[in-house]
Amino acid sequence: MDGMHDIGGKQGFGKVRYTLDAKPFHEAWEVRANSLYAFAVRVGIFNMDEYRHAIERMEPRHYLSASYYERSLTGMLTLCVEKGVLTHEELERRAGGRVPLAAASAPGRPNVATRERFNVGDRVRVREDYVPGHVRMPAYIRGRTGTVVAESPPYPFPDAHAHALESQDEPTYDLRFRSQDLWPNSADSALVHVGVFQSYLERAS
Amino acid sequence: MANDDLAGKRVASIEARVDAIQSALDERGFKPTPAVEELGRLAQEEWVPRNGARVVAKAWCDPDFRKRLLADGRAAVTDLGFPMPKHHRHLVVLENTPKVHNVICCTQCSCTAFTLIGLPPDWYKDLEYRARIVRQSRTVLKEMGLDLPPEVEIRVWDTTTDTRYMVLPEQPRETIGWPEDRLAAIVTRDSLIGVSRL
Repeated sequence: MDGMHDIGGKQGFGKVRYTLDAKPFHEAWEVRANSLYAFAVRVGIFNMDEYRHAIERMEPRHYLSASYYERSLTGMLTLCVEKGVLTHEELERRAGGRVPLAAASAPGRPNVATRERFNVGDRVRVREDYVPGHVRMPAYIRGRTGTVVAESPPYPFPDAHAHALESQDEPTYDLRFRSQDLWPNSADSALVHVGVFQSYLERAS
Repeated sequence: MANDDLAGKRVASIEARVDAIQSALDERGFKPTPAVEELGRLAQEEWVPRNGARVVAKAWCDPDFRKRLLADGRAAVTDLGFPMPKHHRHLVVLENTPKVHNVICCTQCSCTAFTLIGLPPDWYKDLEYRARIVRQSRTVLKEMGLDLPPEVEIRVWDTTTDTRYMVLPEQPRETIGWPEDRLAAIVTRDSLIGVSRL
């Protein structure tokens, strides 16, 4: 989905609020929220792709205003309700107030049938796919051509795995793009690398 | 309480939302509390940047290890006593040189090699870093205090899969010959992410 989470290259944001020795956690509930989602994955209530997708499905205003760990918690709560661990009503009763959850999911998709194996050095194009469900292709590389610099071991295919669909694991390719090709005349000069699933790719002609 | 009664009701505090799910899981027999305490301890005490710093110090001192680390990061760090989570099936270690500077990010969420680098700091998770570092790398690094000479090529790595990345910073010349422990102490988390140099 072209969700609010997919912000790589979006303009208008100000300076990074950088401090030396910035802490990963500030409050006890953040540690607990982080542990609870990891626990839920460990005991099999949901998988990592379902978790990422649940966060992406948050209402955009909520997504942008929530802290990182509130987003994490919202994804986890959404999946616990969707998986039938408890109802939304029970959750709100226990919490003593409203508990905002993410919106419902659109269908996922299986691996692309025509995918092929690439080698380091190959020029490949990111397919111009518009996917209603989960996808790990940032919009800034859609339709762009890059060069394979590395291949990973096979991973679960997120577009299916986030929707509990059967699929084959597939490798990902680290692709190298020139920032000037991604944002012509509108980016600092750099090489930008993105890990891309095989199903998102076709050989560049 | 029926759902209607909640209309107009305030959003529950974040702590209450956390308590609600933990108590519900507990009542259903999932026994979350011991695991949550253990995961909290791991996240704060065991998955810390000192692990990545020790990997870097070893790579600076041991050319064979460095070679293995660059060829198969996951196997090399596992041998050193830092096994990675099951779903992190691949670790790519990115070597900085006088002419190349690597920096990592995750534009879509905030993935990191957290067992080596630690859970990510605030700024890494903020919208500003996620949106801008891929497009305005040199400007953002400069704003963060790293003013790279124009001849240094910047390589940005967006963590869009479960492959994980870690930067291997350049060893400062004045530290050549130092023992590994002393070297590990100078390697910062931010240099493992690539927003600073040593």
